[in-house]
Amino acid sequence: MDVLKVKNLSCAFGGLMAVSDLSFEVNKNEILGIIGPNGAGKTTVFNLITGFYLPLKGDIIFKGKNIVGLKPYQITRLGIARTFQNPRLFKKLTVLENVMIATHINYDASLLDSLLLTKRYLLEESKQREKAEELLDFFGLYRRKDEIAENLPYGEQRKLEIARALATGPELLLLDEPAAGMNLSESLELVNLISLIREKFDLTILLIEHHMEVVMNICERIIVLDFGMKIAEGTPEEVKNNPRVIEAYLGKEVKGVIH
Amino acid sequence: MIDIIQQLINGISLGSIYALIALGYTMVYGILRLINFAHGDIFMVGAFIGFFALGSWGLPFVPGLFVAMLGSAILGMIVERFAYRPLRTAPRISLLITAIGVSFLLENLMVLLVGASPRSFPQSISLEIYEMGGLILTNRQIIILSIAIGLMIVLQLIVMKTKIGKAMRAVSQDREMAQMLGINIDRVIAFTFALGSALAAAGGVLVGLYFNKIEPYMGVMPGLKAFVAAVLGGIGIIPGAMLGGFILGVAEVLVSAFISSTVRDAVAFVILIVILLVRPSGILGKHMREKV
Repeated sequence: MDVLKVKNLSCAFGGLMAVSDLSFEVNKNEILGIIGPNGAGKTTVFNLITGFYLPLKGDIIFKGKNIVGLKPYQITRLGIARTFQNPRLFKKLTVLENVMIATHINYDASLLDSLLLTKRYLLEESKQREKAEELLDFFGLYRRKDEIAENLPYGEQRKLEIARALATGPELLLLDEPAAGMNLSESLELVNLISLIREKFDLTILLIEHHMEVVMNICERIIVLDFGMKIAEGTPEEVKNNPRVIEAYLGKEVKGVIH
Repeated sequence: MIDIIQQLINGISLGSIYALIALGYTMVYGILRLINFAHGDIFMVGAFIGFFALGSWGLPFVPGLFVAMLGSAILGMIVERFAYRPLRTAPRISLLITAIGVSFLLENLMVLLVGASPRSFPQSISLEIYEMGGLILTNRQIIILSIAIGLMIVLQLIVMKTKIGKAMRAVSQDREMAQMLGINIDRVIAFTFALGSALAAAGGVLVGLYFNKIEPYMGVMPGLKAFVAAVLGGIGIIPGAMLGGFILGVAEVLVSAFISSTVRDAVAFVILIVILLVRPSGILGKHMREKV
């Protein structure tokens, strides 16, 4: 069963086709990798799915519903969450506040409730706080909850970003280069973490990544983009041996990393 | 000595009004990076709504104040919806010019509606004067100060404790990311305008009470001074606006008492020039170096 279905999607900036006639599906609980050289249109695909860009044409079907034209916050509420290439935390807010902003989607106490400190507000607030703290605990960030986000070390900032994305309660999680800036052992730890959250939160994951050790280890299927077009699709093994992929993307230097 | 303390009291009362107006500037700047030059005129409209609520409809002071705040909040949201929202993705200079246009529109609309001549504000609270060891304090000063401080506390609670307050802080730091976390930024921005406009209206009613005179161009000078107060404290920083307002009020009163009242309006702008030269990010602002 597919959770997300992208059909004939195209997007242009001026005369440049950033994504052209792209179709793919993501099945439930699958981890699908998107790879491709720089400028291949990977992040543009994420921006299209999350409603930041409007496609020229094509459909994006999430759980049977076409989400093209919806606003980003509406798409998030339907159950798609995302992280960015560079962690985009609310730097001046505490770790806990960062997560609580995302839990607020499912919050139903009004402004008046919160000003008058009604029972409903206190109850709701403690419920959300508990949920946020539980998430932080899972990511090993509980002891840091009152720190200002920008003071965390880089690796923990990345984890916090994933925790915050999960706090919106997504079914589909889009990770944009989660291993960027990490060394080998850190990326392998990340691989474990990603498989762990997939199970715990019943997630379907779409992943952009340059680190081949991450992609090859974790993805069940991979699609390869080049100049906005899909040039290959298949299991990591199939993709690795596809001559078009090797020509367009892997090249000689990267081969060593794969082995 | 007693003179200085007396002037400090007067300055703090005046400063609390500047602080109320400056808060609206600073919140809107924080969230949209827009200097909303129409803000002073929202303050003026608030004073006029208060004028009618207290005078023609004969409401008691607190309900009248509330009506003025509510009316201005709605006006602020209308301005945002129809003047600024269509320009959300336009260059910032277009927004700024539009803000000046909205300012002229509100002033002249008011002249058209009520005429340009000044009106005396309904004095729904009768003046009482207390004397303590040579110091003179009026009940109006006490009311102004306590209403202003009370509103600032409520604002602080909204911004720090409530869901929408957290959303406001999130949007001001990273609008795109906030959307990605399910925050409806249109609503947050509208709410910010409503909040800032309500505070400005409260300032308008308090000015009416304090100076007993309102007219359609009354928003120009306090608007500019409140802008200076916001810059002085560090624009975009809420406690900065409060601090800047108080400093400005005190400075102005001291200068008019001990130097000359003809230069009182110049004080604000001298402060603006000095702060821009010495510490452009404001008293509470962090020094930011340009990225290269």
